[in-house]
Amino acid sequence: MAGGAADKPVLVRFDGVVKRFGVVTAVDRVTLDIAQGEFFALLGPSGCGKTTLLRMLAGFETPSEGEILISGHEISAVPPHKRPVNMMFQSYALFPHLTVEGNIGFGLRQEKVGRAEIAVRVEDMLALVRLKGYGKRRIDQLSGGQRQRVALARALIKKPRVLLLDEPLAALDKKLRAETQFELMELQRKLGTTFVIVTHDQEEAMIVADRIAVMDQGRLAQVGKPSEIYERPNSRWIADFIGEVSLIEGTVSQTDTIATALGPLLIEESAAKAGDKVCLALRPEKIRLSEQRPAGLEINALAGTVHEIGYRGDISLYKVRLADRSLMKVALANIGGPPPFAVNDVVWLSWAPTAGVVLTR
Amino acid sequence: MTIGQAKRSWSARFVVLIPYVWLLALFLAPFAIVAKISLSQTALAQPPYQPLLDLAAGWHGLKDFAAHLSFDNYAMLGSDWLYWLSYLKSLQVAAISTIILLIIGYPMAYGMARASRRLQPMLVMLVVLPFWTSFLIRVYAWINILQHDGLLNEALLRLYLIDAPVAWLASDTAIYIGVVYSYLPFMVLPLYATLEKMDHTLLEAAADLGCPRWKSFWRVTVPLSLPGVAAGALLCFIPICGEFVIPDLLGGSETLMIGQTLWTEFFSNRDWPVASAIAVALLGLLLVPIVFYERLQQRAIEGTR
Repeated sequence: MAGGAADKPVLVRFDGVVKRFGVVTAVDRVTLDIAQGEFFALLGPSGCGKTTLLRMLAGFETPSEGEILISGHEISAVPPHKRPVNMMFQSYALFPHLTVEGNIGFGLRQEKVGRAEIAVRVEDMLALVRLKGYGKRRIDQLSGGQRQRVALARALIKKPRVLLLDEPLAALDKKLRAETQFELMELQRKLGTTFVIVTHDQEEAMIVADRIAVMDQGRLAQVGKPSEIYERPNSRWIADFIGEVSLIEGTVSQTDTIATALGPLLIEESAAKAGDKVCLALRPEKIRLSEQRPAGLEINALAGTVHEIGYRGDISLYKVRLADRSLMKVALANIGGPPPFAVNDVVWLSWAPTAGVVLTR
Repeated sequence: MTIGQAKRSWSARFVVLIPYVWLLALFLAPFAIVAKISLSQTALAQPPYQPLLDLAAGWHGLKDFAAHLSFDNYAMLGSDWLYWLSYLKSLQVAAISTIILLIIGYPMAYGMARASRRLQPMLVMLVVLPFWTSFLIRVYAWINILQHDGLLNEALLRLYLIDAPVAWLASDTAIYIGVVYSYLPFMVLPLYATLEKMDHTLLEAAADLGCPRWKSFWRVTVPLSLPGVAAGALLCFIPICGEFVIPDLLGGSETLMIGQTLWTEFFSNRDWPVASAIAVALLGLLLVPIVFYERLQQRAIEGTR
């Protein structure tokens, strides 16, 4: 499997894992390596099988086929309470009848650890998640963000080989979520523990993770670093799922040119052969907008009219209608001053040949 | 606008009043009458006690009435072993039965709560099903089962578990069988209600943190079901204390439960004042667990905030 796992030893290996629920195949032949110390994200739309994959690693589901190995040991037969992994649940699943201390120390109390040592380690955990002084509180006296941190501390106290996070930030509001993402990354660097996070939020996955596995309908669609997945999506579906994109259909005419309804477009040399039906994917921020046709550019310059402007604060997203009635998305950073273009203005779009990605599927 | 609001608040107040009116008419008023009778003396008259409250005699009559009230009946209850034994017997039967009910009811409720969603309504209905037949008839049916040549003896003989028929009837065992049978739904339903709404991911979390199944049952399920245990136990314990029909039909005559003693005083001895005193004292006794339960609920309500 591509994507930079080779430099570190493999900790978790999914080998041809299949999970069926009745007639539904939730996870379909997933083969995946997760390296020691990696922050790994499983990303995909709801129902894509990412949570099932995580639950199989935790031991709550058994694979219908295939093997799951941790440090080279097959763990399918190991019950959840004996696995060297701990999970932070989406609902946090904190025990309402225990205090904060009771919750965080729960895992250690199952292991015949002495009272004094538990107290010390719980204090350490409270300090780590910045909840010092909250130990005696009941769970219902905590805010959502505090509960999230108790759940994190409870999952970390046993020093698991792998920490599993099931949509850990889904219940937080946007601002708190952004802060917590950076806290999670800092924590992961500090502890060196392997984190596997499940999320449907592509932005979150790209921010926190070293590598991302994008899943679709139970299969791995692409595995790689966030930048690889964003810059070099391997399919139309990925390009469309991750971030904003405009797609232009065409046929390869030469190794560096494709013929489209908008005329010939220059591309980076790709593996596609002449005559192949392909699709050119262009990210909105890689396209320039200008009033005049850019000088010296014969192709990769198209005229259009501004159809819609979506103001987002940091950027504005322009939808430009081209000659063939299709819409292209262009992002402009709002750097101050009056907006450069208005709706119905005639504009020119241009981009470098390296800006686009040629997709064959 | 303001008129509408005033109207609404008046009707809202009326709705709040309904339970109080209910309590006043059906509990407090009868209780006041019983308490009043418990302070009177028996008399060969109609009604069989005095003094009688004669409101027509005005202030003087009221004073005269109050002068004749006394706590003699309560003093008598305290001095006679018969009553002490009856109260103790009732508490004993209620306590042991409640424990047996808990031991049988908890696994039942647990099984129901863990059954598939589609099956659960039917299981609840099966628990409630006995209510479709009169309570009295069901207790009479137990006489048939427990009597000398009844179903139970016959079955045990056929299975070679006993050599000769056992005298089940007129024994404490028969009382326990009858009580446990009759009160099982009152134990199972509140337990089922708390177990059913328990979050299953809590058990996954416990397993994830190193608890085998049996341990997470004791560490998570049991503590979280304690409100249901308390509700079920009180719902059984309190009425069993005052139970009359079951011990009268199935029990022996050597020791009486307080309900039977009360019945004897009232109907056989026509001693309404003593019977009333027994009832008032029983209520006082049962106030202890009720107050305890109230405290527990208060804590639970604060807990959910």
